[in-house]
Amino acid sequence: MNLVELTGIQLKERIVKREVSARAATEQLFAHIEAHEPRIKAYLTLDMAGALAQAAAVDAKLGRGVQCGKLAGIPVAVKDNMCTAGLKTTCASKILGNFVPPYDAHVVERLKAEDAIIIGKTNLDEFAMGSSTENSGFQVTRNPWDVERIPGGSSGGSAAAIAAAMAFMALGSDTGGSIRQPAALCGVVGLKPTYGRVSRYGLVAFASSLDQIGPITKDVADAALLLAAVGGHDARDSTCADVPVPDYSAELDDLPAHLRIGMPREYFGQGLSPEVRKSIEDALAVYRRLGAEVVDVSLPHTDYAVATYYIVATAEASSNLARYDGVHYGYRTPQKGDIVELFSRSRAEGFGDEVKRRIMLGTYALSSGYYDAYYMKAAKVRQLFKRDFDAAFERVDCIICPTSPTPAFKMGERTANPLEMYLSDIYTISANLAGIPGISIPCGFTAGGLPIGMQILGKHFDEMGVLQVARAFERQATYPRLRPRLAI
Amino acid sequence: MEYEAVIGLETHAELATETKLFCGCGTRFGAEPNSQTCPVCIAMPGVLPVMNRKAFEYALKVALALNCQIRPTTRFDRKNYYYPDLPKNYQISQNCTNLGTDGYLDLQVDGQMRRVGITNVHLEEDAGKSIHPEEAGSDFSLIDLNRAGIPLLEIVTAPDMRSAAEVDAYMQTLRNTLLYLGVSECKMQEGDLRFEASISVRPKGATQLGNRVEVKNLNSMKAVVGAVEHEIERQTEILRQGGTVARETRLWDEVRGCTERMRSKEEAHDYRYFPEPDLVQVEIHEQWLADIRAGIPELPLARRRRFTEQLGLSEYDASILAESHELADYFEACLRCHNAPKPVANWIANDVLRELKEQRKTPTEFVVKPDMLAALVKLVEDGTISVAGGREVFAEMCKTGQPPQAIVEARGLAQVSDSDALNKAVVDALRAHPAVVADYRRGKKNAGAFIVGQIMKATKGKANPKVVSDLVRQHLDKA
Amino acid sequence: MSLTIKDVEYVANLARLELTAEARERFARQLADVLGYIGKLNELNTENVEPLVNGAAMTNVFRDDRAQASLPREKALANAPEQAKGFYKVPRVIE
Repeated sequence: MNLVELTGIQLKERIVKREVSARAATEQLFAHIEAHEPRIKAYLTLDMAGALAQAAAVDAKLGRGVQCGKLAGIPVAVKDNMCTAGLKTTCASKILGNFVPPYDAHVVERLKAEDAIIIGKTNLDEFAMGSSTENSGFQVTRNPWDVERIPGGSSGGSAAAIAAAMAFMALGSDTGGSIRQPAALCGVVGLKPTYGRVSRYGLVAFASSLDQIGPITKDVADAALLLAAVGGHDARDSTCADVPVPDYSAELDDLPAHLRIGMPREYFGQGLSPEVRKSIEDALAVYRRLGAEVVDVSLPHTDYAVATYYIVATAEASSNLARYDGVHYGYRTPQKGDIVELFSRSRAEGFGDEVKRRIMLGTYALSSGYYDAYYMKAAKVRQLFKRDFDAAFERVDCIICPTSPTPAFKMGERTANPLEMYLSDIYTISANLAGIPGISIPCGFTAGGLPIGMQILGKHFDEMGVLQVARAFERQATYPRLRPRLAI
Repeated sequence: MEYEAVIGLETHAELATETKLFCGCGTRFGAEPNSQTCPVCIAMPGVLPVMNRKAFEYALKVALALNCQIRPTTRFDRKNYYYPDLPKNYQISQNCTNLGTDGYLDLQVDGQMRRVGITNVHLEEDAGKSIHPEEAGSDFSLIDLNRAGIPLLEIVTAPDMRSAAEVDAYMQTLRNTLLYLGVSECKMQEGDLRFEASISVRPKGATQLGNRVEVKNLNSMKAVVGAVEHEIERQTEILRQGGTVARETRLWDEVRGCTERMRSKEEAHDYRYFPEPDLVQVEIHEQWLADIRAGIPELPLARRRRFTEQLGLSEYDASILAESHELADYFEACLRCHNAPKPVANWIANDVLRELKEQRKTPTEFVVKPDMLAALVKLVEDGTISVAGGREVFAEMCKTGQPPQAIVEARGLAQVSDSDALNKAVVDALRAHPAVVADYRRGKKNAGAFIVGQIMKATKGKANPKVVSDLVRQHLDKA
Repeated sequence: MSLTIKDVEYVANLARLELTAEARERFARQLADVLGYIGKLNELNTENVEPLVNGAAMTNVFRDDRAQASLPREKALANAPEQAKGFYKVPRVIE
């Protein structure tokens, strides 16, 4: 089997056993990237020299018999909205096109501490705003399953890289579904942890009360390992919980005896593609065979999720993105003018349309006279989402539903109408509003060969439960394990 | 028609913490530009704020000292506006849940007690500094972010003041209070304390407020007083002429001694306040408040009152001594060694203060320790040395740090106070000047002083003048 | 609730975004669309519901008042578009 097809854990085992060197593995990976990246365009920055140096260091450590970290020798791709010291971090925006951070994000520090190999920065929708990665200010990423289609967003680059075996593991970020949806559309695993499980220090903020970093991987075991490696308390993030990180890998194959799975009726209504519906229902049948009980639950406010999100997230974003003004770092307009013109032109020239739209929407929602009607109203409705899930979790251990109402759509199909694009997030947004963890795992294919993803949502800080339920299904291998055909 | 002024004051005080409000950068004044910054206070992409506990506790301390109601739960809000020295283009401040509200500060103005209401006390971060070079043709400004992120306490009064004198008393009292609490160095020249005044004028007795003018660019307390006086005059004159005072922001021009309308259009700022999502709420429980309250010393006004009421000091002396926490402590330490409040106060208010100013030292650093000063005062009081001698000893103490007794002995400054010893000198002097004695007997009472002077000369200043004076009078009044 | 071009102008100014007339019109249409959709929140009764503004439930997170190393000036200014004598340089700001 081609080395690049291995999972992260499988590769690590071989490296630690010295069957293959980290350096050789990294070189093979870069050869594979060279072959396929021109077509897929998952990466904004590739750091071969840095990666090879890191790999050599890991090999040297192993050679000296030194115990290596959890991710020893595993090449990892990092979404380009997480700061990497000395390596350009652009958020796929012209406004940060030349920004080189002087510091590492907490998760990047963790990757390095666990001896991972950071190979490059992946493409995203600009500032993580989007569901298709078409909003990137630099390039379009293609879905490896069908290059005429989008890989999902905003972590489209990371998901495509994993699907095309151009990385062994990847980090993405999820504010309204940006890890789970691209994972579903690319047929890979993507986990959004509980809000506060992973430090946001170094994650370029989009919506502060919703953003979370999480793993995008080839299988559930890899996701468990990566989450354990990067999760945990960080004093530099006031919203990061001081809750111990379980050894997710250790109990992955356990499954609670009388698992109660909630099936939210509001998620199986209009707008859901019949093929996706069938795929999820088939998956639920698998769980029943495993002894689980499937319970009908209601998340009555589902219909209001998108509306709530597009006020809360854009309001926070309008403020978070105010700092991009051409003064201390980032793009500055070459036009001469006064200070107000400096701000207004740098931002107009540096930001793409979707970013501008969201900034304006958020500014409007906070502005004098509209604050109560929009921002405060949305904040109250958000409380209702939390109550919905609290109530549901009294009756069930986890909730299973589709990740995306449709499989990957074609490029340009939804770019004309922003609202239509926003509605693709209908199943993922609620989890961000309530702060609960959720994973998307592959559960089948459409007749046309496009991946379908299934979402498993859990209680706060029950990533262990979510991973176990995911692993249980994965082990059943009830659908063909296809790989995308990567034409050269 | 008589008019009255209605004045409110907004104060920003930089808190004297080691580090900034949300990051571990230093707060030292005068550092090289942009040498005390980090990704957090530069507002680089991806950074997050973490609250400085000490700054928060200082804020609570001040709110308690200003008799505020303290909220049980408080949180922070973002105040959104664009300015090049505000790196995030929002300031983390408080708007909806100010940590202290509805307090007051008592002041003494012209011998009367006045109470000024404090509407709110809250914590926020400072912005950086903008420098606008003066050279001709300079079309640029320079930004230094050292100050960005330094903790700032905002204290807002109710419009309770009625004159520039009250404003002055308020500023002095507030400044003293902050110094007493040890939360700010209050060095106005370093920008530790900044004021903005709101002034309006209305017919005396009216209940409705006149149009309010905000005055900025007040860089010293003197400027505040001048600006308030000027504004009261300016507005009163407008009203007298039958005009209306424009509701606006004006800048104080120190050189010309007047206020001017701001040149740039003051847009009504839409700050779009919303709760800061990167910070969590703070719950302020009773025990915490009790611990902070326990750390609040006796405040200036209370201390002054105790000095006048219990120790019998004059208002003047009491206010000088209570001005500085350290000086008042020094004073009371002296009293513990020699309980003579008035003479000790006298020595401190005059000689010690003068010396401290010259040496640029604080009372704690002063080489003359409280027990030494107390001993000196006792020596003068019980007549061992004359007042002049005392001054000589004091000067030597300041230079060498030696205790007074040693200096008195070394220099032989001990006065002769023994009546028997002096009696002979008195008798001799009286015998030597019969004409003067006769003058005295005839009613010229100050002839006695001449005799005393002669005796002082004869004893080379060593005689205790009071004892001599008494003896002379005794002898003269006898015959 | 319809969003006018004037609203877009106001908001674009607050957000420091210079827009062409064409962009203003286009955004006005698109934003009006989204705001129209968002209006459905008014169907919900949220009387007596506490707003949820934080993602995290913790309280009282603080740090000690202890110095940490600042960035050396060259590193701090390394990404600055324009600098002079150790300062960030911008067009003259009139107070």
